Amino acid sequence: MIDITVPADRATVAPSKSILTVDARTRQRHAAEARFRLMGKIAVAISVLALVGLLTSILSNGLSSFRQTYITLNVYLDPAKLDKQGNRDPEAVAKVTTFSYAPLIEKALTDAMVAKGIAIEGLNAKGASELISKEAPANLRRYVLSDPSVIGETVSFDLLASGRIDGYYKGRVTMESAELDRNISPEQLMLADELKQAGILTTKFNWDFFTAPDSSDTRPEASGLGVAILGSAYMMLIVLVLSLPLGVAASIYLEEFAPQNRFTDLIEVNIANLAAVPSIVFGILGLAVFINFVGLPQSAPIVGGLVLTLMTLPTIIIATRAALKAVPPSIRDAALGVGASKMQSVFHHVLPLAMPGILTGTIIGLAQALGETAPLLLIGMVAFVREYPAGPPEGFFDPASALPVQVYNWTQRGDPAFVERASGAIIVLLVFLVAMNLIAIILRRRFERRW
Amino acid sequence: MSVSIIILVVLALSALGYFLGRRRALSLAAESGRKLHSLPGYYGQTVALFAAVPAFLLMIAWLFVQPMIIDARVDSMIPDSVIPEGGARSLVISDVRRIAGGLDAVLARNSLDEGALTDGRVDFSTVRDRLAEVGIALGNDAPTEVFEAAKVYRQGAKIGTLAMTLAVLVLSVGLGAWSFTRIRPDMRARNVSEAFIKSLLIGSSTIAILTTVGIVASLVFESINFFRMYPASEFFFSTVWNPQFRGGSELGILPLLWGTLYVSFVALLVAVPIGLLIAIYLSEYASKPLRSVAKPAIEVLAGIPTIVYGLFALITVGPFLRDWFAQPLGLGNSSSSVLTAGLVMGIMIIPFVSSLSDDIMNAVPQSLRDGSYGLGATQSETIKKVILPAALPGIVGAVLLAASRAIGETMIVVLGAGAAAKLDLNPFEAMTTVTVKIVSQLTGDTEFASPETLVAFALGLTLFVFTLGLNVLALYIVRKYREQYE
Repeated sequence: MIDITVPADRATVAPSKSILTVDARTRQRHAAEARFRLMGKIAVAISVLALVGLLTSILSNGLSSFRQTYITLNVYLDPAKLDKQGNRDPEAVAKVTTFSYAPLIEKALTDAMVAKGIAIEGLNAKGASELISKEAPANLRRYVLSDPSVIGETVSFDLLASGRIDGYYKGRVTMESAELDRNISPEQLMLADELKQAGILTTKFNWDFFTAPDSSDTRPEASGLGVAILGSAYMMLIVLVLSLPLGVAASIYLEEFAPQNRFTDLIEVNIANLAAVPSIVFGILGLAVFINFVGLPQSAPIVGGLVLTLMTLPTIIIATRAALKAVPPSIRDAALGVGASKMQSVFHHVLPLAMPGILTGTIIGLAQALGETAPLLLIGMVAFVREYPAGPPEGFFDPASALPVQVYNWTQRGDPAFVERASGAIIVLLVFLVAMNLIAIILRRRFERRW
Repeated sequence: MSVSIIILVVLALSALGYFLGRRRALSLAAESGRKLHSLPGYYGQTVALFAAVPAFLLMIAWLFVQPMIIDARVDSMIPDSVIPEGGARSLVISDVRRIAGGLDAVLARNSLDEGALTDGRVDFSTVRDRLAEVGIALGNDAPTEVFEAAKVYRQGAKIGTLAMTLAVLVLSVGLGAWSFTRIRPDMRARNVSEAFIKSLLIGSSTIAILTTVGIVASLVFESINFFRMYPASEFFFSTVWNPQFRGGSELGILPLLWGTLYVSFVALLVAVPIGLLIAIYLSEYASKPLRSVAKPAIEVLAGIPTIVYGLFALITVGPFLRDWFAQPLGLGNSSSSVLTAGLVMGIMIIPFVSSLSDDIMNAVPQSLRDGSYGLGATQSETIKKVILPAALPGIVGAVLLAASRAIGETMIVVLGAGAAAKLDLNPFEAMTTVTVKIVSQLTGDTEFASPETLVAFALGLTLFVFTLGLNVLALYIVRKYREQYE
């Protein structure tokens, strides 16, 4: 009910006011409007800031992992130590262990220091050699084994600096923190500075980060993503090969052929629910069915690939059905009209037209699968794997790691250098994801037809 | 023959079948002077399909069944006496597999033939030493029964693979030949091959059902095993979570559920207001250019892998909250906490709330807005008093979907929430969730006989039921609401 009788006092005041003058209540309402609008803006800003903060945090922590400190030394590969018989027999050379290579490097470092006139008070030759990673002798040995004829020559070799020295040039280690650190002393840092000035110690692009396998807890400087990238690539291959045909076949049936009945409903409900099942449950499925029941090996890309295929299928099916639905019925009618069978109209006309949409959906599904971690933890991909898996298809059954799992693995280790490595691995992962999504966007822009 | 070679051979047979079938159809048509019912390619296609598909299906089935049969046989060969004190049968079986694999390597290394295994040319009195030579390490020397079992295993695997190769190739050639002989000019080859393809399509669409069945079966069976060993009432109502690997564990789910719900609650507290305001702002206020930038940027948040959020929580948010809030306020000094995980998870689920709410608000008919403006309401009043109430059921659905996402989330809580199971109200304390404990109970050495491992399946079942329930409810609400305006 609206009270139309105007109170006497208001009636007397009203004429003096223009209808445009804003009274207190309207001002209040407008202020509320502005406040509400501001809150919306703040919410958008918060989420964009969160995204920026997330990326900056990862980038600032991880970019340094693409550079690595090396110490370049001329190592004399002493035949007296490496090949006592002197016949360069590969089997005899292979019997020499890593321990015999360490003194060679130590000597090379001492020689280099003497040549440049570098000496630090309170630091003996052993302390100086701790600047070099414990992985360096192993790398040197591998180099010699690949070509035993170099024995007896003096080879210029880039040797990994130890994790703490590397951290010193990335701001992780300082003179103060070195005082308290058992693994590094301020004198060693001073020596590192001198070596840097002499041009022996340099910081270069870290190719090994992309190719080297994982390393043990105490050698963060040597750890790399090689096995993880290979494992992820194998899994993506399996996911692509299995989920694209299965997903497309299922979608064609559901979209083009399936009658409206209970069975079809059951499938549809299942697909919708599977898309929302937590990923870790798929890990449990993989463990119980593929590993315990079927007996596939743990940590193998084949198991990871199968689990991720099951996870990706709903995504691909949903995208494919949308793409099929977008093809106008006139195309089907035209094909049927000139005598094609239903199957011919689908495979010869509808499917090619829907292909860009299907591929876009598949790439996005693959990108999701690439970043998935939780199910892979349960099927044993966390294992410490140093051996590269063999080439496909045998390699599908070898133990391997995966990019996101490698990140998780590194976060569980004590040395702070692994935080840098983990962030670096995330950057690699994100670069892959961005590339895949860009391809998907370009495909959509380039080929998608609007009817 | 290895599986990949069998696949190649069957594919080659199938291709051959295509050409032969096509040629036969053409030549028969020319002989009899009658027109073919279908295009010649369909006759070839029929032969190719019959040659390839049943053979592949047989091979897949064989690969599944053969290990089960061999395992059962080997299992019956191993007496209880050789199972070490406190060890499990499954470990002995895996030893058997390792020895069997090692024997191949031993033979290859010494370039010996099969007979060497039995006639004593190789000294197997210490199996362990022989295997160590080829780089396979055994924990302790294998008893004779285990070694015999390994030989049987090896023999079984060999015979099985040979039989599979034969069966697959015979099936491929047989069915291919059978369909080849059926070719006549009036054979409806197109209908036959299309019916065949359609059954393949139906088969692949049942994968979704099979997956669900697999999930439910694996969860339920192992949970039943768990409840046989551990009383269900203790599991559901005990407030102590304290697994001991020497037995006598207390496995109460309540502290884990509390942690899960607490973290999810914090996450929703972050995501729901922000997500809703974003949806409102973008759908009602934002200019087109802003919308075209902000909407994808926010959706990027949903595409970032959760391990990235986990790392963000671990190295940035956790230490920040500890140094600036928890320690100055004296509330604790742990960098992993409910608040850390909740905040980061909140950021992750913002897009789930915002994009679904956005859709739902866009679905509210324009007439409702126009009516409200006509009565003199401002835009914000219209939103608050008309659009939000009209969209409420859908928004509730969106929030429930986001909640189910939060409950099932793993990596953020693994890295951000901590591992201590406790019932506490302080958000700066580390607590743990159901998903964290599934990961910690199932990673590492898994031995499927102890309640400490099997509890993960009961936890998984609880999680599955929770999230499924929330999803079904949310979808029901959203669907019901959508129908209202259609």
